[in-house]
Amino acid sequence: MTLRVLRPGILMTVQDEGRHGYQHLGLCPGGAMDPVALTLANALVGNALDEAALEITVLGPDLEFGADTMVALCGAEFEASIPLNRPVLVEAGRLVHIGRAMRGARGYLAVAGGLPTEPVLGSRSTYLPGGFGGHEGRTMRRGDAIPLVANVAALSLERFQRLKGKSGRSVRWWAPPLTAPDREPILLHVIEGEHYGRFEAAAQRAFLDTIWSVGSESNRMGFRLGGAPLARPAPGESEILSGPTCLGTVQVPASGQPIVLMADHQTTGGYPRIAEIAHADVPRLAQLAPGGRLHFARCSLDIAAQLRKALRERLDAALHGIAWEYGN
Amino acid sequence: MHDRSRRSEDPLKQLRPTAVIPLGDVAAYVEFSRVLDLEVNEFVQRVAAAVRARGEPWIRDVVPALGGLALHFDPDFEGVVGDVAAELVERCLKEDLSPAEELGRDVEVPVCYDKLFAPDLEEVAAKTGVATEEVAARHAAGQYRVLMIGFAPGHAYMGGLDAKLAMPRRASPRARVEAGSVAIANEQSVIYPFAIAGGWNIIGRTPLTVFDAKRERPSLLSAGDRVRFRAISRAEFEGFGK
Repeated sequence: MTLRVLRPGILMTVQDEGRHGYQHLGLCPGGAMDPVALTLANALVGNALDEAALEITVLGPDLEFGADTMVALCGAEFEASIPLNRPVLVEAGRLVHIGRAMRGARGYLAVAGGLPTEPVLGSRSTYLPGGFGGHEGRTMRRGDAIPLVANVAALSLERFQRLKGKSGRSVRWWAPPLTAPDREPILLHVIEGEHYGRFEAAAQRAFLDTIWSVGSESNRMGFRLGGAPLARPAPGESEILSGPTCLGTVQVPASGQPIVLMADHQTTGGYPRIAEIAHADVPRLAQLAPGGRLHFARCSLDIAAQLRKALRERLDAALHGIAWEYGN
Repeated sequence: MHDRSRRSEDPLKQLRPTAVIPLGDVAAYVEFSRVLDLEVNEFVQRVAAAVRARGEPWIRDVVPALGGLALHFDPDFEGVVGDVAAELVERCLKEDLSPAEELGRDVEVPVCYDKLFAPDLEEVAAKTGVATEEVAARHAAGQYRVLMIGFAPGHAYMGGLDAKLAMPRRASPRARVEAGSVAIANEQSVIYPFAIAGGWNIIGRTPLTVFDAKRERPSLLSAGDRVRFRAISRAEFEGFGK
């Protein structure tokens, strides 16, 4: 059983929750840029929350399913032939069209049973720079056949039967989108980075007072931020020992244009690190397309931890709601 | 307070973290030195091995770097990661760390220094005043230790380069460096695992696959490994593994 790519869209890859435990070998965790949306999409089709799904970027694909398949599309608000944020039973042979993202940048199309591509180092996530994971380690092309689980039709029908509030091939309820941007510029909380204090006061202020835009050369490794360049720390102050980086690290290279490290980031870096984005806010940043605008507000570690807890609680509430609709 | 006899056996045993720096709210960097010190670097690798061996379920990654180690936590962990990371490292420091010799492996890396694979060999020779053939000979004669893996999967920063070959990185990085390229800068050597952009001076190439995710041991090199290069001919390079 497969699903067929009739038109691939801009950048579609297989992603799950990531590949953990290999950063000491220089391999980043990778995985879904917006793991919150991935979790919701999986929950809606009754999967384990960390199953692999299709990560769709800005312009979506046309797909044809080889069997009756329950799917759910979460994350960005795409113009699509299926309703968003809810389980949908797609008939065998039926075309699913996903067009442009109207709000947000990344969608996650989960299918019942997941995408049984071969795991590499414990994950099905596609790591493009290394050319492995997911579907042949690359982005989807026209004509690709992506595997579905063998019993996908039976599994989909059985799960769909259990759902409450059915209406035709979908349901009358939906899961709340938790990460799509409400309005821009979006606000991201940041903790002072290791080298924040080495930047002059004017550069520190400019970092917080600028409305930055996501640059066109941004990708899954990092987002380049456009805006007036930041003055780098004085020579001597800018000589730093290369050290570990993290998802959400904001570093300032010689150009003065900050780079935010995203899912496929380098595990170490030698540029001054001005800030670290609060973990809970990174999925919202992942929902900005090139040109999307953002600004930063400083916060303490304690507030960052509270934001993380609050997001966890909102996600848990949504997951409980979905479980209830499944009669659990 | 210190046990003097013990300290003389292992003077580094008394090293203490100089700072604990939050890497955001789900990771922390426990720093032992702000500058590159090869003895501290080796100590950091021993501490990292001890932290890793504890197998704490809420720690996803332990990353030894040049002057300290990063601990990456599960985002669902509810404590203050910096404090917990510091305590965990403290506990490891109180125990006996494994000797460095037990952590790293000895790895021999064949390198072809043929001009075809060494676009910067002439420039290195010109800038260092060392004859071209001697650059290769000096590079191959060194005993290296992997100080850190970073930049890209399997990309090893190796200390131990002949001081005569020390030179800065290229002024403008190359957009594409071939996989397996062996390069030098500062007082270190690296091997590029994939065809990627890079700014180090390329003086040769290894036929070995530096990183293969489908291999049982994905990375040819790990922090702490002791590396020797062996010069091979162009014919050996081309026949390698065939």
